[in-house]
Amino acid sequence: MSRYTGVTDEDLRAMLGAIGVDSLEDLFADIPDSVRLGRDIDLPPGQSEQEVYEHLASLAARNRSAEEEITFLGAGMYDHYVPSLIDTLLSRSEFLTPYTPYQPEISQGGLQVMFEFQTAISELTGLPVSNASVYEGPSAVAAAGYLAKLETKRHRLVASRGLHPHSRAALITHAAGYGMEVVESPLDDEGHTDVEALAAMVDNDTAAAFVQQPNFLGTVEDLGALVEAGKSTGAMLVCAADPIALSVLKPPGEFGADLCVGEGQALGNRLDFGGPSFGFFAADERFIRKMPGRIAGETRDVDGRRGFVLTLQTREQHIRREKATHNICTAQALNALAGVVYLSWLGKRGFVELGELLLRRTHYARETLGLDPINPGAVVREFAVRVPDLDAALARAREAGINPGYPLRRDFPEFSDGLLVAVTERRTKEHIDRLAAAIGAPKPAQVGV
Amino acid sequence: MSEDTITVFERSSPGRRAFTAPETDVPEVPVEDLLPADQIRERPAELPEITEPELARHYTTLSSKNFHLDEGFYPLGSCTMKHNPKLHERVAALSGHARLHPLQDPEYAQGALELMWNLQAALGEIAGLPHVSLQPSAGSHGELAGLLLTRAYHEDRGEQRTKVLTPDTAHGTNPATVTMAGYEVVKVGTAEDGGVDLDDLRDQAGDDVACLMLTNPNTLGLFDRNIEEIARIVHDAGATLYYDGANLNAVMGIARPGDMGFDIVHFNLHKTFTQPHGGGGPGAGPIACSDRIEPFLPIPQVVERDGRFDLDHDRPKSIGKLRGFQGNFGVFVRSYAYIRSLGGDGLKDVSEVAVLNANYLKALLAEPGIAEYLPVAFDRICMHEFVVSGAGAKETLGIKTLDIAKRMLDHDVHPPTVYFPLLVDEALMIEPTETEVKERLDHFAEVVRSILEEAKEDPEVARSAPHTTPVRRLDEAGAAKRPVVRWRPVDENPGDPDRARKAPASGSGAM
Repeated sequence: MSRYTGVTDEDLRAMLGAIGVDSLEDLFADIPDSVRLGRDIDLPPGQSEQEVYEHLASLAARNRSAEEEITFLGAGMYDHYVPSLIDTLLSRSEFLTPYTPYQPEISQGGLQVMFEFQTAISELTGLPVSNASVYEGPSAVAAAGYLAKLETKRHRLVASRGLHPHSRAALITHAAGYGMEVVESPLDDEGHTDVEALAAMVDNDTAAAFVQQPNFLGTVEDLGALVEAGKSTGAMLVCAADPIALSVLKPPGEFGADLCVGEGQALGNRLDFGGPSFGFFAADERFIRKMPGRIAGETRDVDGRRGFVLTLQTREQHIRREKATHNICTAQALNALAGVVYLSWLGKRGFVELGELLLRRTHYARETLGLDPINPGAVVREFAVRVPDLDAALARAREAGINPGYPLRRDFPEFSDGLLVAVTERRTKEHIDRLAAAIGAPKPAQVGV
Repeated sequence: MSEDTITVFERSSPGRRAFTAPETDVPEVPVEDLLPADQIRERPAELPEITEPELARHYTTLSSKNFHLDEGFYPLGSCTMKHNPKLHERVAALSGHARLHPLQDPEYAQGALELMWNLQAALGEIAGLPHVSLQPSAGSHGELAGLLLTRAYHEDRGEQRTKVLTPDTAHGTNPATVTMAGYEVVKVGTAEDGGVDLDDLRDQAGDDVACLMLTNPNTLGLFDRNIEEIARIVHDAGATLYYDGANLNAVMGIARPGDMGFDIVHFNLHKTFTQPHGGGGPGAGPIACSDRIEPFLPIPQVVERDGRFDLDHDRPKSIGKLRGFQGNFGVFVRSYAYIRSLGGDGLKDVSEVAVLNANYLKALLAEPGIAEYLPVAFDRICMHEFVVSGAGAKETLGIKTLDIAKRMLDHDVHPPTVYFPLLVDEALMIEPTETEVKERLDHFAEVVRSILEEAKEDPEVARSAPHTTPVRRLDEAGAAKRPVVRWRPVDENPGDPDRARKAPASGSGAM
């Protein structure tokens, strides 16, 4: 017996007797000897709960988390404050331990959460239809590519270099499967997607153009112009977006974007070294029957009471099999719950207050650092600068207990001295001033104006 | 106790709030000076305005409408609803895990990388395949990874293959994945003993076949005795053999997919390895593979060099990235804690008890009073799950499988998976898992018996079930016909008669 199983000797005798076999071994008679393991699995022996805790705690202690340094790392995941309410609600077994709600009568809590989540995402993106979550951001972008293929039957995807490099990479990886070519449209000198270049690349065989708002460098894109350029040949326009930035930025749906997808981690989810978080996927009404994943819908029960169900399931793999609009089954329901609780906790006014605080601190940080900006235009919560002697600057920051941001060189060789700096509400003016002292260009009499 | 169902949006009242913003310690520059005029949001997102106490009540009340694994028996076939050890939430929440940024310099993430390295080694040993990527986000994502790897492998050899074989008992994700990966689905039949029809497989396995996707034990809960012959046929055709790990819980420590001849395996960490399912995720779907597939694994890969761990992005033949960053690390923490808790012996015990429990429950349901209505499909020793057919109950008692399932809701047990696999009429697919003690299995059999006996007297009770749940049967057809997928204020939906009912004012719905 392990501590998670409970067959006593007496149980075993009774159960084998009822089955009509003599031993446990008899239950495995179908497995040919030639494929039997015939030895123990080679793993460390099992340990007590206390020992496992101590082992895991010792591993955790060898990581330097955002608890132990002042971090300006962002680039897709952000060190926002997660309210206690979320910890409390997500630890409830009622939310933590059920399966996907296949029996709606005993799953109204989870289904209503999905419906509320969809409403919140719809509000943020300005698009009328949202699903109940997909895995995470970059694979959501890839899922948008698949929808564009199903919708347009075209063969080409145009992706801005302003997309998160992981989104571009995931799009290329997935498109190799569903048979699409992905071409990249360039950035201009100030870190915007080059609108004319994008327009020139979108041809009659282009299924969709992909842009990101704000883009990976933090630049606020001219979304109206990009939507017009992207949709010029009947292609779809997919906008990846940072949901936090949509507190202050005009929603992609209002510009005419067909799909808005993205990474939801910033909405009440932990960093967790990259996951689990959630992806969101919002669309214009026209695409509702081609959406990937679960969608909750409102309905009535036989007594006329309001209730919620998984709806439009004929899109999905368990019903439609090879004709499904996507293969996704398990998504990120618990993380999406954190998202809608977070947005409700911030509330209509608080969400805007948070966005404006980030906007002001981010611009303050860029000005205070005084370094050469890669994207000098408007930014919301992140910006890129050139740092002379980057490695020495990184080391100086580390000395000062600061993680100054993400070096761009792996993903953007053209910005070999580039650093992407992210600001959240946890990064105060004092933190920013310390960052400037460590890596900034000295700028007398400018700080604290 | 029961209040009217209202959404968090309908609880909103202007001016209320739960959030207090931190001090604005930098100059309060007007937003108009920082953003281009045409990019500024004109109308705030209509999020609720609500206090923290009301939020806590709203979501706690919602939670009480969910049936969950910590409440009772959950024999949902192929979903492996096993206990989620509570330790796992504690270790996942340690700040060294929970607040670790995915782009932290590997030098400062050695503990996390070592954990991933150890988990990869453990999963590889369990599967009998040496190379592991933890990156895929769920089982279906792992399947897609497997087919993209297959495609890359064949293309690297200069081969273009167009078809993927799946048995007619396959999970729906298999054929859906095949289409997304750009292949044509070709079905392989099931033989009389419930295994793959070998003759059909031989006929189909031509040089245009890229892969056979197989679950073993299959969705009928049966171990395919011909697995070695299947592997031979597939490999002789030059195709890869893919293992859908949804049913791995049956064979840990007993037989390994790698030793059976599989080239690629995915694991469902949210099934076999205790990641709580969360009402529909998160999960994780790591993959393991053989040497010939390894060059194509996604980037980055965790590597060890002289006792230091790093992330290797330089893999020229890699299929690339399936998602952002390194995968669902928080899930890895939980699954690793589970493997450390049980060790090799414990994992074998898990599989043995899972199989014992399934066969015991199958024996209970084979007793008179049940078996004539719910005969076992393909009646032989099963592995971790089994399938019964409700055809008898439908014919002689006039209640369908759906009615039996719905009546179970009144007995505080979760119904099995229903109407799957497709080749069994009125199927109920039952997977008790190792979590359940004998008394729980006995109780479930009694519930089934009582539902059938009750139906002999009055089938209408089951037909109109459930009777005790927060809502009763819901109009799913209506929901799909005119989808309402988001809340809107009453006055924004004038055309919708269902909306005529004004929601109660915020706060008036207290219990």
